[in-house]
Amino acid sequence: MRLILEIALTHIVGRGRQTIVAILGVAVGVGFSIAMAALMQGGQDNFVEQLVNTMPHVQITDEQRHARRQPAETVFDAVAIFGLRPRDDRRGIINPTAVLSWLRGWVPGRIAPNLKTQAVIRYSGRDVGASVIGVEPDTERGVSPIVDDFTEGSFGALDAGGNNIIVGDVMARRLGANLGNTLTAVSSEGLTRNFKIVGLFHTGTTARDEGEAYVLLKNAQILSARPNAINDIRIKLLDPNAAPPIARRIEAEFGYKAVAWQEANESLLEALVIRNVIMYTVVAAIMLVAGFGIFNIISTITHEKARDIAIMKSLGFAEGDMRRLFLLEGVSIGFAGSALGWLLGFAMVYALSLVRFELAATGQEMTKLPLAWSLLHYIIAAAFALGSAAVAGYLPARRAARLNPVDIVRGAT
Amino acid sequence: MSTLIETKSLTRVLAETVPVTLVQDITLSIGEREFVAITGPSGSGKSSLLYLLGLLDRPTAGILKIASRDTGPMDEEERARVRLSMIGFVFQFHFLLPEFTARENVALPMRKHGVLSRAQIHDRAGDLLGSLGLRDHLDKRPDQLSGGQRQRTAVARALANDPPIIFADEPTGSLDSENSEQVFSILQALVHERGKTVVAVTHDLDMAARMDRRINLIDGRIDGGT
Repeated sequence: MRLILEIALTHIVGRGRQTIVAILGVAVGVGFSIAMAALMQGGQDNFVEQLVNTMPHVQITDEQRHARRQPAETVFDAVAIFGLRPRDDRRGIINPTAVLSWLRGWVPGRIAPNLKTQAVIRYSGRDVGASVIGVEPDTERGVSPIVDDFTEGSFGALDAGGNNIIVGDVMARRLGANLGNTLTAVSSEGLTRNFKIVGLFHTGTTARDEGEAYVLLKNAQILSARPNAINDIRIKLLDPNAAPPIARRIEAEFGYKAVAWQEANESLLEALVIRNVIMYTVVAAIMLVAGFGIFNIISTITHEKARDIAIMKSLGFAEGDMRRLFLLEGVSIGFAGSALGWLLGFAMVYALSLVRFELAATGQEMTKLPLAWSLLHYIIAAAFALGSAAVAGYLPARRAARLNPVDIVRGAT
Repeated sequence: MSTLIETKSLTRVLAETVPVTLVQDITLSIGEREFVAITGPSGSGKSSLLYLLGLLDRPTAGILKIASRDTGPMDEEERARVRLSMIGFVFQFHFLLPEFTARENVALPMRKHGVLSRAQIHDRAGDLLGSLGLRDHLDKRPDQLSGGQRQRTAVARALANDPPIIFADEPTGSLDSENSEQVFSILQALVHERGKTVVAVTHDLDMAARMDRRINLIDGRIDGGT
């Protein structure tokens, strides 16, 4: 085997230019598939990340997933009930203190209780319908998507207490209000209360920027006449991927609807699956093309060596030796090409990571290409290159090894 | 004198659409220390016979024994081993591996054989080449050697594992008369001084006449007495 290895190396080194071309061919294939995979994977990760960052990972609301079961339904197999009038439930999560301390006991993440209520916000004769969200500034900070997105004022201004409100910048523009103006909120209960604007946020999500207003939890409870009530618990987990089982457990033990972000964005994630299919198809296509290139180069070399195969057979080398020899040459070129391709891929990904784009819409935001640095890409690309190189070395070598040396020796010059 | 090569009704037919008979019904035996010429007009099957005898080709019918061993039932690995240890080849063209030096080319069959140590192989390759007047060209690659030097390197390579049989296919066919003479006398010396059996295909009747025995082929059959 060592002899075969040495012959293979001598062959490879002896044909310097051809070898370099072959190695470069492999390297380009490997490099480009790595860069492409990094780009596509990065795009997806970035998308999911944005999704995960703006949404609570688990959101518990005071709703039930199914209509309340009537006692008769649990007792009898078949029940028909007519004229049922739904009970007038007390809205809100029952016994919020106990629920929160239970959640804090085992959920790995940050938890914030809210009271979300609908209100009309009024300023200088203009009305805007809004979700008024009552928050505890301390806990909200851990889960809120708006904390870092202030154009004026800051989230911290809520801490001070008092009748303060934070609204989206679009809403403020529609109302014609500015920082420091006093708005009037009218709740569905008919209660009216004045709030002073202490902050304007801009998240980029229009629905949020024009439809949400944040006040202290106490103020929201007063506004909706529901003292101590909360109807929404938002949870940011340390590991967003753990959301579904946690949501299931909460729902199972606690009865209220708990929605994981994956469930809330099912259609988006479905679209992502399709995107994934496209991405893997593209990467596979690149690899396939690269694989054909590798195959072509190495099989050409092997074909050119048909005469040497005949000679070595006449010297007493067996067919198996010849197959191993060219397999080894193919794999060596594959190895060298993969190593170089890794460098090339790394360099390309690095270069792409330096590219900056200016987003036309806002003018000031600079965005860079989302890139994923994944060892897996490198391993897959190299494995694919090695595979093609091995096949490319093996198939022609097998044919050449089977050839009758006489045919080659005779026709030789 | 013991028999090294023995054939009985050896026949080789090319399985083309119209079958072509290369060699037909060859029965012969060649012993130790024989210097045999295979002659005949072109297309008479000289080379085909040589390749059959040298286990580079398989007969379609008939029996071939090398050193009393029937080669018929041997698989490809086994035939390769026999080629390695029993047979040396010299072709019309040198057929040296272009990436290897003269010494490495000679060393290859020994390395494959795996009997000698690397140092011994190194020395023996040098000695073989030296005995053929190539002492100064050990580390040159084939493209740095002259035609005659290459052919002598090829002879040295054929001798690498000290096989009892050397097959030569027009060994002087591509050489000028001076180099031809040189290679011929080397082959002659192999028989007379080293006790090898040399079987050479040649169309040079003068050369054939200087050899110990002549097998003349016509249309794939042996012509007249051997």
